Amino acid sequence: MNRYGLRIAVPRGTMLGDALDHLDRVGIDTSEVRSNDRKLLFEDAGIVTMRPSDVATYVEAGAADVGITGKDVLMEQRGRDVVELADLGFGPCRIVLASVAGDPDPAVEALRRLGIMRVATKYTGIAGRFFEETGRQVELVKVNGSVELAPLTGLVDAIVDLTATGTTLRENGLVEREEIAFSTARLIVNPAAHRLKAAAVDELRRALLPAAPGA
Amino acid sequence: MTLPIPSGTRDVLPDEMRERQGVVTALRDHFATCGYGEVSTPAVEYASVLERAGIGPSEDAARPRFRTIDEHGETLVLRSDMTVPIARLVASRFGDVEPPIRLSYLAHCYRGILPGRGEARELLQAGIELCGAGAPEGTAEALTVLVGALRAVGLDGARVAVGDAALFPELLDAVGVGERERAEILHELATRDHVGLEREIRAATDDATAALLLDVAARRGGPEVLDQLEDPRAREASRGLRQLLERIDDDVRSHLILDLGLTRKLGYYTGAVFEVYAPGQGHAIGGGGRYDDLLGRFGRPLPAVGFALDVDALHTALVGVARGRWRVDPTVIPNGGSAA
Repeated sequence: MNRYGLRIAVPRGTMLGDALDHLDRVGIDTSEVRSNDRKLLFEDAGIVTMRPSDVATYVEAGAADVGITGKDVLMEQRGRDVVELADLGFGPCRIVLASVAGDPDPAVEALRRLGIMRVATKYTGIAGRFFEETGRQVELVKVNGSVELAPLTGLVDAIVDLTATGTTLRENGLVEREEIAFSTARLIVNPAAHRLKAAAVDELRRALLPAAPGA
Repeated sequence: MTLPIPSGTRDVLPDEMRERQGVVTALRDHFATCGYGEVSTPAVEYASVLERAGIGPSEDAARPRFRTIDEHGETLVLRSDMTVPIARLVASRFGDVEPPIRLSYLAHCYRGILPGRGEARELLQAGIELCGAGAPEGTAEALTVLVGALRAVGLDGARVAVGDAALFPELLDAVGVGERERAEILHELATRDHVGLEREIRAATDDATAALLLDVAARRGGPEVLDQLEDPRAREASRGLRQLLERIDDDVRSHLILDLGLTRKLGYYTGAVFEVYAPGQGHAIGGGGRYDDLLGRFGRPLPAVGFALDVDALHTALVGVARGRWRVDPTVIPNGGSAA
């Protein structure tokens, strides 16, 4: 177990490197996690690794005390009973509405002429709320990967997806039309651990955010 | 043939029923010993009556989710908690009874669920309502009964997080935060989003005041979190909790974790709020608080306080950490907390 006595859920994928760097900096030895990408549970470091979208699930249930995951995950899984403790700042990405490049925007055209646009996304929660709040009728098509393919094949008029640099969109002939949200990594805590292990949780938060005001 | 039952409901077979009955008996005996008389109310009530509680937003867990229409066209609802039906009961049936009125219950309540979270549509609650005893004496009595109940079922390691729903609103008034910003700040606090909380607080006030508010919101631990408050406005806003602690004995106090940022999501709480946590359980296994305005809406204005425990969650906590070593360690008992 690590020096804080907290079980930490860490996301595999693009945020893993930054997350481990942060944990190294606060005195948690992550070398075993770095050297083994098949193992999931690291007792000595007090770390469990998983898909980013599962982090909130484990933390909410108390299977991990704290976790690191993107704000996008928390927005998509709104209503999870976790404490969102700090913005760690790394892993910036944006959730955008994109469609096939060119003028007029095929999504706007669909809305104008058909009264509804079809939108493919992995983020049905975020997309649903966004279109509801902006007063547009949409039919959401849930896809699980390579969302960019959907408008290219005529499945949908537009997509709502995560983008860090915009490269994948560009390479597939898509263009960003609107920004829906901006996301960075968050430190989240199980509500029970937030009370029962208050001292350890606060110590970890302070260590991760050396410059945090009010800390 | 296997025929389904609705998600979030379940059958209870004899082995489990026997163990659950042990929990129920221990709670009933304890409530009776403390002078609380058990009552039963119908599972279905008129929507128009329960709506007097004024539970607004649709996300509120206490809002009834199951509705039907009776043969006269009246809307009936399945109760979602026992606090509101007992408020009705006290106003209607105990109108002339000299307070305080001490009632207990063991009852099923019905709620909407989110899929995939293991939530119960039908949950069995055991609890008390103490009507006509104000703060801090009434609150102290309820907390004493609560800690005794946890001990009676064998969960002496459980802890009760105690906050004050009036603390933060009062502090925001004292530092001069405007009406609109205030609502945003309280929303972030209730949804436990400290990133959003810091953003809203910094937008609403100057740096020194923001630092004070963020410090108060993050304070959790023993009585020292109150003693360490230096700002006179924060001391004034937290006087309710201080007066409460003065009336609680050391044994009960050792089971409490003060949380100055704690607010319950239920709209009717007006003062102290409780959340109960057991080692090995990631979710609260019970909760409660003061609701000094609720009974007045049913025609008998009395201050009141109560709590409810989730009987199946108590049972699960007793069965223990059967689900693997990565559950919260049962041997870790908090020894005070800290302020961020």
